[in-house]
Amino acid sequence: MSRPGRDDAPDRLYTVTQGRSRSMPGTPFDLVTLVVAECDAVPGMQSEHAAILRLAERPTAVAEVAAELRLPVSITKILLSDLLAEGRVSARHPRRAAIAGRPDPDILEQVLVGLRNL
Amino acid sequence: MEASADNGLKIVVVGGFGVGKTTMIHSVSEIRPLSTEETITRAGETVDDVSAVPGKSQTTVAFDFGRITLSARTVLYLFGAPGQERFWYLWDRLFTGALGAVVLVDTRRIDDSWYAIDRLERLGTPFIVARNDFGGPAHPLEQVRDALDLAPHIPLVDCDARSRDSGKRVLITLVEHIKSLYLAEDPQVIERVRAARSPYAAEGAAGTPQEQVTAPAVTAPAPELTQ
Repeated sequence: MSRPGRDDAPDRLYTVTQGRSRSMPGTPFDLVTLVVAECDAVPGMQSEHAAILRLAERPTAVAEVAAELRLPVSITKILLSDLLAEGRVSARHPRRAAIAGRPDPDILEQVLVGLRNL
Repeated sequence: MEASADNGLKIVVVGGFGVGKTTMIHSVSEIRPLSTEETITRAGETVDDVSAVPGKSQTTVAFDFGRITLSARTVLYLFGAPGQERFWYLWDRLFTGALGAVVLVDTRRIDDSWYAIDRLERLGTPFIVARNDFGGPAHPLEQVRDALDLAPHIPLVDCDARSRDSGKRVLITLVEHIKSLYLAEDPQVIERVRAARSPYAAEGAAGTPQEQVTAPAVTAPAPELTQ
C-alpha cells in the first residue's frame, strides 16, 4: 500500500470516509485511547474497518492504528467512530492522569517504577 | 501489549528540526518509532463545512511516536513534536492530557527552543530541558540556562539521545520534576480548600448566619450477591 502523501491522494481519503472529513463532535478518541476489537472482521466489510479489527485484537492506541493503516489521525478517528457506533470496537479511555490540572500521584508513581525497571 | 492494558499516557518530546527527537524516542521505545499524520483543522470547525473539499482543507504533517509498556495495564507513548512556531497547531492534540514534556536542545541552534519553552510556560505544561550531546564544544549548563532564560526550578540535564540509559534518565527526571511540582503545590491547595470550607471563613466570620449543612445520608453497602 502506498502512503497517502501530503496532497497526493485526497480522492482515496474521500472514499475511505465516504466524504466525511471529520468525526462527529464529541468523538471519544484521543491519540492514546486504547482501542479493542469486540468482534472479528467479516466478509464484505470495508477493508480499512477489517484492518482495524485485526490490529485491535489486543489493545492498540489510536496513534498506532493510524500509523499502521498509513492514514492521518483524523481519518482514522472517523473510521473508529463508525466501528464504535456499531459496537465492533470498544475504547479504553486513559484513566484521568490529571485531576483539576494536577497529575494523579498514583499514576506518576507507576510511571516512575516502570521507567526505572526499563 | 497486555490484553488488560487500559491506560495510555503520553509524554511529548519537543525540539527543533534535527535535534534528536526521533533518535531519543527510538532509543527508549520498545517498537521502532512509528510515524503518522495529523490533519490541520480550521479554527471554525463547527462553522465551516469543508466536507466537499477534503483535499483542500487537509494538509498533513507527520509526527513520530514510540511506546513503552510500563506495566500490564499502563502504556506510555512518547510523541515527537516540532518546536517551531509554525507547527503549533499540532500541539493542541499532542499536549492535551500529556503528563509533561521534554525540550530537547541543540546548543548550536538554541533559538529553536525559545518558542517551545515560552509556549510550554504559557500552557502550564510541566517540562524539563535536555541538552543533546552533539560532541561539539560544551558550554557549561549554567550558560545554557542563561541563554534559554530558564527558571531556576526547571531541571536542565545533559543527555545522549542515542543512549537508552540516557533517554531513560531524562524521562525519570521529568516525572520526578512533575511529582515535585505536585508536592510543592499540594499543601497550598489543601489550605485553600480548607479555608473555603471553614465556617469561620469569609461570610461566616462577618456574622452572616451559616446555612446548616447536613451530611449526606450514608447508605449501607449492598450485600454481596452469592450465587
